[in-house]
Amino acid sequence: MPKRLTNTQIFVQGLWNDNPVLRQVLGICSTLAVTNLLVNTLVMNAGLIFTVTMSSLTVSLLRKYTPMRIRMMAQTLIIASYVIIVDISIAAHLPDISEALGPYVGLIITNCIVMGRCEAYARNNPPWPSFLDGLAMSLGYSCVLLVIALVREPLGFGTILGMKIMPEGFTPWTIMIMAPGAFFTLGLLVWFLRAYFPQVTEEKKER
Amino acid sequence: MVQIDPGTLFFAAIFTNNILLTNFLGLCPFLAISREVKPALGLGAAVVFVMTCTAVLNYLVYYYVLLPLDLEHFRYILFIVIIAAFVQLVEMVVERFFPALYYVLGIFLPLITVNCAILGASLFLIIREYTFIQSMAYGAGSGVGWMVAIIAVGAIREKVQKSAKLPRGLEGPALTLIITGVLALAFTAFSGMIQIQ
Repeated sequence: MPKRLTNTQIFVQGLWNDNPVLRQVLGICSTLAVTNLLVNTLVMNAGLIFTVTMSSLTVSLLRKYTPMRIRMMAQTLIIASYVIIVDISIAAHLPDISEALGPYVGLIITNCIVMGRCEAYARNNPPWPSFLDGLAMSLGYSCVLLVIALVREPLGFGTILGMKIMPEGFTPWTIMIMAPGAFFTLGLLVWFLRAYFPQVTEEKKER
Repeated sequence: MVQIDPGTLFFAAIFTNNILLTNFLGLCPFLAISREVKPALGLGAAVVFVMTCTAVLNYLVYYYVLLPLDLEHFRYILFIVIIAAFVQLVEMVVERFFPALYYVLGIFLPLITVNCAILGASLFLIIREYTFIQSMAYGAGSGVGWMVAIIAVGAIREKVQKSAKLPRGLEGPALTLIITGVLALAFTAFSGMIQIQ
C-alpha cells in the first residue's frame, strides 16, 4: 500500500480501485442475503457504513494504546459494540425491516470488510484518513449491493421500492428473489468488471 | 417453540435450508478455500465441529446467563467471544495432532472465527426459538450442509480449472459464484420436502 494517500485518492481507492466486493470479493456473506428488496438493502447498507466508519475511527484512535497481541479481540469488541447500537436502533425505529433482516444485522460483526479495514488500514493510520477510508470502502460496498438489489427486485417482484415498474403481464422471475439469483447476479457482475477493467486486479492477491 | 423433531431438523439444515446456499453465510472462506477438494474437506470438518459445539455453548449461555440477567443485546459480543475462544482451541489441537492439515489450512483456520455461518447458526437458533436438542441438531446439520456445499464446489472447480479454457475475467471468484448459483439452484429441488422456517 502506498504510504500516504490524499483524501481523494482514498475515496477513489475505496469506491473503485479496491472496491471490497468487486475487486477483493470480501464480506459478501451477510449482505448478499438482503439484496432481494431495495429497502432492506438500503437499511443494511446504512448500518454497515456506520459500523465500518465508526469502528475504523475508534480503532485508529486507540491504535497507540492497543497491545499488538490482543488487537484482534479489541477490534472485534469495538465492532460488536457498534453493531449492537445499529441493531437496537433498527429494531426501535424500523421494526418491520428489523424483522425482515433477522439475524443479518448482527452478522455485520463477522463481515470481513469491517475487520479487514481495521486490520489493513485503521490500525496504523491516523483517525481522519481511517475515517475516510472506512467511509469510502463501505460506500463502494454499498453501491455494488444497490446495483444487485436493483437487478433482483425488479426482476423478482416487478417492483422498485414497492412501486410497480414492470409492464402488465410481466411474470416475476421467482429465481431472482431466491438464493441462486443473488449468486448469479454477483457472479456476472464480477465477471463483467474483471473482463473489462482487468488491469487493477493483476497483482491483487486473491483471498 | 417449533415442533420439529431433531432428526428432521438435521436434514432440513443440510438440504432445504442449507446455510451457505440459502442463507449466504460463510461465503468468504468458502470462496477462498474451495479451489480443491482436500483443503475444503479439512475446513468443512473443522466447521462442522466448531459449529455444533458453539451452537450448544451459545444456547446454554443465552438461556441460562443472558436471559435471566436481561442482557439479550450483549449476545453478539458474548457469542463472538465464545466462538473465538473455541476456534483457538481447535487450532491448537489441529496444530499439535494434524500438522499437515494445519499447513494446508494455514491462515484460514483463525478465519473460522469470522465465518458468518458459525455466528449465523447461533443467531438463527435464538430467533427461531429452538430447544436444546433442536439447537444441537441444527448446529450439526448446518455444519454438515456447509461442508457438503464447499466440497461439491471444490470438486467442480478442480475439474473446471483443469479442463476448461475460461473467458477472461471469469476465473476465480466470478466462476465460483456462478457455480455456487447452479448448486443453489440444484438444492432448491429439495425445498418442499421439509418446511422449517
